[in-house]
Amino acid sequence: MASNSSGDGSSRHQIARHRLSVIAGHLQRPADSNAAVLAVDCKSQGSQPNVNTGDRGEGRTIPRRRQEIMKWNGWGYSDSRFLFNKKGQAEFTGKRYRLSGMIIPGLKDWMEGTFGASLQHKTQATPVLNTSAVQPPTLNEAFVKELKSTGIPFSHEAEDRVFRAHGHCLHEIFALREGKIGRVPDMVVWPNCHNDVVKIVELACKHNVCLIPYGGGTSVSSALECPPEETRSIVSLDTSQMNRILWIDEKNLTAHVESGIVGQDLERLLNESGYCTGHEPDSMEFSSLGGWVATRASGMKKNIYGNIEDLVVHVKMVTPRGVIEKSCQVPRMSTGPDIHHFILGSEGTLGVVTEVTIKIRPMPEYQKYGSVVFPNFEQGVACLREVARQRCAPASIRLMDNEQFKFGHALKPQVSSIFTSFLDGLKKFYITKFKGFDPNRLCVATLLFEGDREKVLQHEKQVYDIAAKLGGLAAGEDNGQRGYMLTFVIAYLRDLGMDYYVIGESFETSVPWDRVLDICRNVKARIVRECKDKGVQFPPLSTCRVTQTYDAGACVYFYFAFNYRGLSDPVHVHEQVEHAAREEILANGGSLSHHHGVGKLRKEWMRETVSNVGMGMLKSVKDYVDPNNIFGNRNLL
Amino acid sequence: MVNTYRGLDRDEEEFVDILEDKRHCSDLSFAFRTFSPPPYKGAPTCSSTELNQAVLESQYLRYVIQEVAVETGSSVEEVRDKVCRILQEMSQNLQLRFIRLMGFTVRKVFKRLFSAIYVNMKGVSALQQATQEFPVILMPNHRSYIDFLVVSYILFSYDIPVPVIAAGIPLAGMKIVGEILRRSGAFFIRRAIGSDKLYWAVLSEYVQTIVRRGFVPLEFFVEGFRSRTLKSLPPKLGMMHMILEPFFKGQVYDVTLLPISISYDRVLEESLLAHELLGVPKPRESTMALLKASKVLQENYGRMHVNFGRPLSVRQLCEGKINRCQYNLIPRDLPQKPSGEAQACGSWLAHMMVRLQEEGALISPWSLMACTLLQVPTTVLTEEGLLFHQLTEQTLWLRKLALDFGAHLSWPEKVPDSDVMSSTLALHRSVVYHKAGRVYLVREDEDERKYSVIPEEEMMRTAAAFLMLASYRNQCLHVFVRPALLALAMSITKSTQRDELLTCFCFLQEVFSNEFVFIPGRFSQDFEEACSLLKNCKAVHVSQWEVAVSDTGLEVLSFLQELLKPFIDSYQLMFRFLCEERDCVFREKEFLSAVRTLATKLIASGELHTYESLSSDMQKNVLSMLQRLGAVTKLEISENTEYKVNKSAVRRIGDMLAGRIPPQIVQAAPDARL
Repeated sequence: MASNSSGDGSSRHQIARHRLSVIAGHLQRPADSNAAVLAVDCKSQGSQPNVNTGDRGEGRTIPRRRQEIMKWNGWGYSDSRFLFNKKGQAEFTGKRYRLSGMIIPGLKDWMEGTFGASLQHKTQATPVLNTSAVQPPTLNEAFVKELKSTGIPFSHEAEDRVFRAHGHCLHEIFALREGKIGRVPDMVVWPNCHNDVVKIVELACKHNVCLIPYGGGTSVSSALECPPEETRSIVSLDTSQMNRILWIDEKNLTAHVESGIVGQDLERLLNESGYCTGHEPDSMEFSSLGGWVATRASGMKKNIYGNIEDLVVHVKMVTPRGVIEKSCQVPRMSTGPDIHHFILGSEGTLGVVTEVTIKIRPMPEYQKYGSVVFPNFEQGVACLREVARQRCAPASIRLMDNEQFKFGHALKPQVSSIFTSFLDGLKKFYITKFKGFDPNRLCVATLLFEGDREKVLQHEKQVYDIAAKLGGLAAGEDNGQRGYMLTFVIAYLRDLGMDYYVIGESFETSVPWDRVLDICRNVKARIVRECKDKGVQFPPLSTCRVTQTYDAGACVYFYFAFNYRGLSDPVHVHEQVEHAAREEILANGGSLSHHHGVGKLRKEWMRETVSNVGMGMLKSVKDYVDPNNIFGNRNLL
Repeated sequence: MVNTYRGLDRDEEEFVDILEDKRHCSDLSFAFRTFSPPPYKGAPTCSSTELNQAVLESQYLRYVIQEVAVETGSSVEEVRDKVCRILQEMSQNLQLRFIRLMGFTVRKVFKRLFSAIYVNMKGVSALQQATQEFPVILMPNHRSYIDFLVVSYILFSYDIPVPVIAAGIPLAGMKIVGEILRRSGAFFIRRAIGSDKLYWAVLSEYVQTIVRRGFVPLEFFVEGFRSRTLKSLPPKLGMMHMILEPFFKGQVYDVTLLPISISYDRVLEESLLAHELLGVPKPRESTMALLKASKVLQENYGRMHVNFGRPLSVRQLCEGKINRCQYNLIPRDLPQKPSGEAQACGSWLAHMMVRLQEEGALISPWSLMACTLLQVPTTVLTEEGLLFHQLTEQTLWLRKLALDFGAHLSWPEKVPDSDVMSSTLALHRSVVYHKAGRVYLVREDEDERKYSVIPEEEMMRTAAAFLMLASYRNQCLHVFVRPALLALAMSITKSTQRDELLTCFCFLQEVFSNEFVFIPGRFSQDFEEACSLLKNCKAVHVSQWEVAVSDTGLEVLSFLQELLKPFIDSYQLMFRFLCEERDCVFREKEFLSAVRTLATKLIASGELHTYESLSSDMQKNVLSMLQRLGAVTKLEISENTEYKVNKSAVRRIGDMLAGRIPPQIVQAAPDARL
């Protein structure tokens, strides 16, 4: 690793090593199993990547054949899942996560109590993909022939194709569990580098083949769904093998990276050099750099590092018209509308992002979780508002509502010592009895501080002081960390729910500060009302959290889930409820999306969101860049 | 459409006499009962001081104070002080102690005044449920001062949070009583706020804060005033809009509207109201007046029915009618005029609420009898008397018609009809008396009251009695008004063509929309409703193109036409007056007294048969109708409002009403009432 020539070079190395161990301490599974009670982190262990000898890019997580390590009809790694063991206790399998191998005693009661679900009523997902249910590929022979001659790997195996035909919307996963397969790509190609992509796009244009870029496959906007009306051969362009860091510029603190790299690999590889991007969307284990750019992703720690549009310095995208990029790597320029903004959020409709220059930062020396309990959600929001006003938000600050607080609580792993459980009891007593917080109203803010140790401690004090003024009580690191864990395991939990007739989804919005409370209340109430009207037998889980703070507003994230027993078409009901919830969001001054994107799921609201002229602008760009609709996923417009 | 706002099930609802079971327990123990309403789910309660503080510190008022300070050139502190004073004058100070005191007194008074207070229990329990969910707006009709107390009393009895009530400022001026009302939850609104921007702002913020907090129901009278004529009044829209705005702006998930229909067998203020209509000034509300009025306590006022309507969700009602996104681009606290869409929606809802109040009202036997009595020649009632059995026969016929039209009656069950008739007559001995098988009109004893101000006292006394009768008739007019307008259209156009009838029907609705409440934009549905009601009682044959009288229909149709005759006659009289007047410009006061003089003359000469043309209410309605239709324009010259008549336009309306020229739908100016 290149370093400064100055004398403190070795001490810097030492510090970096120390930081690494601190971070690793937070992220990795400790050898001492007792310590697991105190701190449970979320992301899978980065230090154990699947080494796939067949593929290029040693030490990368995602192999060409994703099915080797990942579920074909659920979230994440095949070896990691929730299940109820013979004793009826919830358990998380595998070895990858902190929670792996642990018993979660509270989950069963929570599921039964919240959804009226029962362990007796189980729905089994189709265990293996029935390849005969997959339509045979429609191949464009001339295209295939020419592609072969380039030597770029490709496949038309059913498994490969099915894997790239979906994201993680509820309806997509639900259909897969039932073994229902709709239109899938006819073929998958794995370019290795920018030039491969140029060749593929040229061939696609030449032979009029539809291309759908595929990064990490974590879309939740139906963006990866093949348009059923598409008659051309559809080729899924999987960037996962373009996963190298091409260079690191330590003088300018940037890194030039291929777009297919997934978040965890990018972070890990940069960490090895003492750097990080700090971009941590909840999907970072699987989502790719190119995907972030194409959807305008947002990371949990954007308060320090910024969202993707703040991080990107340079982008290279291959379009049917050729390659688009800027001529320099500068922090800002005034050269008309920023062409990056045609690329950011283009959702694969204009081309494939191949290489990105991204800002990097030295790894933080110190990281600390924290949490604050508030007597009610209103006071919690007031606190976040004040933190934003004073511009002192920590790396991450989130406010979970009461339902989500209880949800998080239900995910507490088994307590191994009597002392800890006694301590827990004491804390609860203090908050509810001594401080008079109503357990059915209180809510919790989770915090993550990052930086030098001293500054972190100072910062921490500032935030806790604000919280105290607004009626909050510090509630410890453990609660904070568990809050973040929830975001990483929620997708696995959805699979568990689906085993027991519970389906659910998350969605998000951004909203001005003065409307945060109103939108949270109204959308949650709307969900409950719609479920009732649509014949859902049990009240649904309808919960939200404020996940990001900005100067002028916040990002709000909703979860909703319900027990669908007794419904003939649960997916349709689910879609209706989600649709109504989005209408409610828009009526309350929220945005169509903060970071999930539009895809095909939210297309119908684009016009009213960006106005007719806005729509026309986007259309004319599409018409110029891709007149034959080669990038034909039909997202956005 | 009819079904969506028809709140009540048509099958008989169970009404319970709330005085009945309470007669056994003492008033004191009633007042000290444990009062534990179920809590509101949305937010904790807040005290009236906290409420005032929240209003005072609101962003909205801060903006308005700034604006007003700039406009008037005074300092922000001065304006703020003014706001504080307004707020002090306005705000309620609800306290459970005073609710108990009120409960105690009201119970004592009610037991003396009324033989029974019937309440529908289904409605009460639905209300109790509703108060836990969303902010509830109680919207009773307003016929008597008693209305103020009765809803709170019932809610207190059934463990439902006692409402804060919008009341007119004169009540606040009453010594002690004003304060008691304030502490029982009344807040006071000035009359004729006009363009006082600051006052509007404070009121609006105060009301909206109550709605947003939602912990306590808000009660207000959408008609704005006590109806002098016992007829529903076209709603006032300002308050309605204040209540809807928190929903439009997403500050509450939903607002529940609850229409309440209070029906009195006999209204306490009956004779007072009749005299007011005849131009005798209303006595000022004062504690002394109240004590003097305690005389009314010695009389029996029969039964009272309080019918709680079904709770209505504003969210559901407004679906597709309002685009809430319109508030996205401007801070919601910024003072803004409501959009056309929002105003239309508020107006529609307000009218609908009045219609629901009407539909929930229970029609008393007396009201039906009043209809019958008013169709008898004046001299019969004053001189020779109407045969009792004839009255009975007619009333029973009318009862059947009313039931056919879907009215709710409070006709006592399991009692012989003749007993009902005579006990009703006995209850209303202030208006009629029954002697030797005949029924006569009572004319007030000269010694009882002294109205020497007005000449021709004899006639005035008769007029008062007739106006009382007319008021009681008005209680059931809403049942008949739509078919009656159709019947009238048939007689005016002398046509059976559906489209011609519809045009005339629309014209009549336009002319009489100050008189009767029609939901805006529902002409054709109302027409269809009228057709089907007349068809159901076999009065007409309805086909795709025609509406024709049936052989047996003449009786119904002529009754209905006769029912509206006093209105037609009075309107024509005023048109005639306006056209014959030399001057084209006049003041409202002059107009009222001149019309009264003319009407008196004509009645005395036997040329005019209805005393209702003497009613100031009707006279004002004609003025505002003509203004709405552009036949009269208001000239704002200094303090005296003057009107300018367009005689030909007035004549045209008169001609259309008389069927001399075919009616056209007159394009009305947009409703500017707010």
